[in-house]
Amino acid sequence: MSTATTTWINGPVLRARPDGTFRLREAVAVGPQRLLGEVIRIARDEIVVQVYEDTSGLRPGTPVEGRGQLLSVRLGPGLLGRIFDGLLRPLGDPADPYVTPGLGEGSASTFYFRPLCTPGDALAAGQPLGEIGLVEGAVQQCLAPPDLVPGTVAEVAGAGEYRDDEVICRVRTANGASRDLTMCHEWPVRLPRPVAARLPSDEPMVTGQRIIDCLFPIARGGTGAIPGGFGTGKTVLLETVAKWCAADVIVYVGCGERGNEMAGLLGEFVELVDPRSGRPLLERTVVIANTSNMPVSAREASIYTGITVAEYFRDQGLDVTLMADSTSRWAEALREVSGRLGELPGEAGYPAYLSSRLADFYERAARVRTLAGNQGAVTVLGAVSPPSGDFSEPVTNHTRRYVGCLWVLDAQRAQARFYPAIHPLQSYSLAATGLARWWHGQGCTRWEGLRRRFLTLIEEQARLERMARIIGRDAMPERQRLTLLCAQLVEQAFLRQSAFSPIDRYATPARQAVMMRLIGRFIDGAEALLAQGVAPERLAALPVFRALMRMGEEIAEGDWERFSELDQALTAGLRELESGAADGAGAAAPPAAG
Amino acid sequence: MYARLVGEELAQRAAGPLLFLHRRVDVGLNEAVEVEDADGRVRLGRIAALDTETITVEMLDDTAGLALAGTRVRFFGEPLRFHVGPGLLGRIFNGIGQPLDGGPPLPAARAYRVDGLPIKPSAREAPSEFLETGFTAIDLLNSLVRGQKLPLFSGGGLPHDRIAVDIACHARLPGGRAREQDFAIVFAGIGIPHDSAELFRSEMERSGALARTVLFLNLASDSSAQRLLAPRFALTAAEYLAFSEGKDVLVILTDLTNYGEALREVSASRAEVPSRKGYPGYMYSDLATLYERAGRIRGRPGSLTQLPILTMPNDDITHPIPDLTGYITEGQIVLDRDLHRRDIYPPVRVLPSLSRLMKDGTGKGRTDADHPALAAQLYAAYARTQQTRLLASVVGEEGLSAVDRSYLAFGEAFEGDLVHQDEARSLAESLEAGWGVLRGLPRAELHRLSDAQIAAHLGA
Ligand SMILES: Nc1ncnc2c1ncn2[C@@H]1O[C@H](COP(=O)(O)OP(=O)(O)OP(=O)(O)O)[C@@H](O)[C@H]1O
Ligand SMILES: [Mg+2]
Repeated sequence: MSTATTTWINGPVLRARPDGTFRLREAVAVGPQRLLGEVIRIARDEIVVQVYEDTSGLRPGTPVEGRGQLLSVRLGPGLLGRIFDGLLRPLGDPADPYVTPGLGEGSASTFYFRPLCTPGDALAAGQPLGEIGLVEGAVQQCLAPPDLVPGTVAEVAGAGEYRDDEVICRVRTANGASRDLTMCHEWPVRLPRPVAARLPSDEPMVTGQRIIDCLFPIARGGTGAIPGGFGTGKTVLLETVAKWCAADVIVYVGCGERGNEMAGLLGEFVELVDPRSGRPLLERTVVIANTSNMPVSAREASIYTGITVAEYFRDQGLDVTLMADSTSRWAEALREVSGRLGELPGEAGYPAYLSSRLADFYERAARVRTLAGNQGAVTVLGAVSPPSGDFSEPVTNHTRRYVGCLWVLDAQRAQARFYPAIHPLQSYSLAATGLARWWHGQGCTRWEGLRRRFLTLIEEQARLERMARIIGRDAMPERQRLTLLCAQLVEQAFLRQSAFSPIDRYATPARQAVMMRLIGRFIDGAEALLAQGVAPERLAALPVFRALMRMGEEIAEGDWERFSELDQALTAGLRELESGAADGAGAAAPPAAG
Repeated sequence: MYARLVGEELAQRAAGPLLFLHRRVDVGLNEAVEVEDADGRVRLGRIAALDTETITVEMLDDTAGLALAGTRVRFFGEPLRFHVGPGLLGRIFNGIGQPLDGGPPLPAARAYRVDGLPIKPSAREAPSEFLETGFTAIDLLNSLVRGQKLPLFSGGGLPHDRIAVDIACHARLPGGRAREQDFAIVFAGIGIPHDSAELFRSEMERSGALARTVLFLNLASDSSAQRLLAPRFALTAAEYLAFSEGKDVLVILTDLTNYGEALREVSASRAEVPSRKGYPGYMYSDLATLYERAGRIRGRPGSLTQLPILTMPNDDITHPIPDLTGYITEGQIVLDRDLHRRDIYPPVRVLPSLSRLMKDGTGKGRTDADHPALAAQLYAAYARTQQTRLLASVVGEEGLSAVDRSYLAFGEAFEGDLVHQDEARSLAESLEAGWGVLRGLPRAELHRLSDAQIAAHLGA
């Protein structure tokens, strides 16, 4: 292997005189602690290395050793349910509570393996060679690595327990060589894993959050970004989606954020149960953490590590959702390293390649046909933390160009404790039109009509409130007061959804559809009554109005009976006003004497 | 610390805070040095960069008056450490951990890196125990929990010092777990005037809490380079108290704005490419290395709670220092000049204030089952009040509906009776104050409360 000798060091960047050849993006081990680094520039007589750990104590003369492969992570069955650093080294060891340089790869563990191939079978990249695990519903596929030269199976282990670094299959490849496979393989983080084909997506990735699923839905394999100032709810939203969304695997990348949040997430995911599988949520989750006080350079890599892990599960035919909190910290890490290299700064000091890096990252989200012929998807959600909450800054701006959904968090809503604080007039989803068919399939046949209706109401509300500020609310005509009332109902009863309410923290599509329909019925009924001269204030005073406002908090998933009671109460309430209106026509005349 | 190597006549060149030495000794990055000039003055420094010929030392002290000839450099062979041990409480130090009170040096039981080490997220215990501060605007609406970092966003001339002192004297775990002797306070004055430091000291003395307080003082007149070190020494002491002695430690850091200024100064003198308003692009990560030192560690008894104070330049919350702080800390308590002018104490501007860990420390089994709903309802109503006030300022109060007028009255009560307080309140008193101000609103407006909650607390 090639070696090099350090000549210059400044923070996480060092220069070294090479002896032998190094490749760009090659992984290196630095010094006696074997700190992990990556070659980021090469010249004939110098390499530049970015070190992913604390570089205290390094000095000119410190040896640098090439690892002969690009910066890679080891992918295998031992990922789910665990927490790793930005380069996929386990952070779990409780013996030492501190992150210290020279973190190891972690020791091998044992898994049950059952072969799916026999000697003599043809085997190509990405094909299944066995299954791993015994627990029903948690069996993982053991696939041939994507870089395998096709060949035939020479030997394969029988069913049984094996260490994940033990050879379980020997392949004689077409070029005459032979390759030993274990349950794990290495893959370079910056290289997208190959697929047979990218597929269009006509199905939503159901998040359980009404404002997302009904107003700004995201497609399976799609991309979404959540820009918002501090404290507006990015992390809570990502965590809530991570808990309840319809995905087989969650990859949660805490990129430059708080340690306590990661601790809280781990604690909660152990306790919460996945409603789909009945098993603890942690079992479907991989956590990658580079908190804000961990080495900055590893922050840059953590995003790629995360998406590589996501692709690894996708290749097993699974639906994966990746959350990155926050992509802004990742961009800042890029900026910091770029600054140390003396590159020409662009907008706000970010390097000129910021935009293309963001594009590369979001481009790795997709719904695909895997090499093994299955369907899988990686859906990507990224938080964006704009300085001063100013959305015109470079990271927000460039991200906007590459994502299919934008959920803009509004500081004013957050301050009023209206969550999720997604601003319905600034957010969008390019996927919405394509997903109507899916909702029809769920029995919500008026989905697009109601969606449009809700959005129009909120748009009008914004306009009318500006007007109310001039003439006062009471001076407005009844029709406009009704619009305000209906918009209030949509906002409070439908869009507001507390992540911490045990009843309302998620809503299945069926519950969303029922709520949508009920609100739709109220609006229709109210308009009909208005035509008969019933003032909006009388509608607001109906007990059923308050019941509608609070149905999210009060009526649990699956309690269809109470929903139909509410429906009946609504019918009765509207009818009462209607007959009142009919009587009222008479009552307008002076009451008969006696 | 003990020098491993001493070098003479190494200094080649000095520029701003940087000193360039001939690399005639084998030393590593980030290691601490002491530079003694010909006059015998000693300054601390840190090795910031190395190449085959030169050692670049960043001086952590004022370099005015430093000459090249006759300097001696002592190399410690390891990063800067602070020797701490029993007897820390009751002492006063300068920004680099040297006693200012004429007392003896500390018995050095442990030597910790002043930069600290990141705690593994998996080794953290998520903070979830309510800490009572005595202020309703905090306890009821933005609850603080043990191990949280919750800054005060203030402005020049606002009573943040007094609030910090009141919290330091009052802070307690509910249920009267009498653990006063286990409660320690670490105060780091960063570039503050002598008066503020003295106010804090004398108040702590008056309340009898000085014996469980440690002070680290970098006064406005002290070296600005040491502003970067003062909070680090203070936090190192706090970590020792929390995680080795098992105490609950409240760290008050004031004023982080001075810290940010010092960071900008150092960055400019290194000719780095600045980010917003001249502050370095790494200010987020740098501040995080301070704030993230709050927390609890699984399996250890103590806790480190931070109450950093910063004065927002121009009262501007979007300024990089409050902005980046808000992105790191677990919420913020924002003080307001108008409320202060109206003699409301504490002048907390409730809407932009937030405690992110409140959800973990309140509710059933922690404070009161209906506490979270009450806080949410108060927030919603107060937000509506602010809109109504805007409306009233245009159309006049007469133009408002009866419901809107009830919000105006609610707003007055909210600020005057709930936020404002003449003396500390217990949690139960704060909750009562909360229900009290809601009584003025029509029941139909209380969408955030269930029928049962309304019946139990507000009557029919
Ligand atoms: N959906 C929600 N339901 C209930 N509360 C919420 C919700 N979203 C946010 N909150 C509240 O807002 C607080 C701040 O949210 P969060 O931590 O997600 O902000 P953030 O945007 O991630 O901020 P930062 O950029 O500083 O990390 C939370 O602690 C919680 O109290
Ligand atoms: Mg966050």
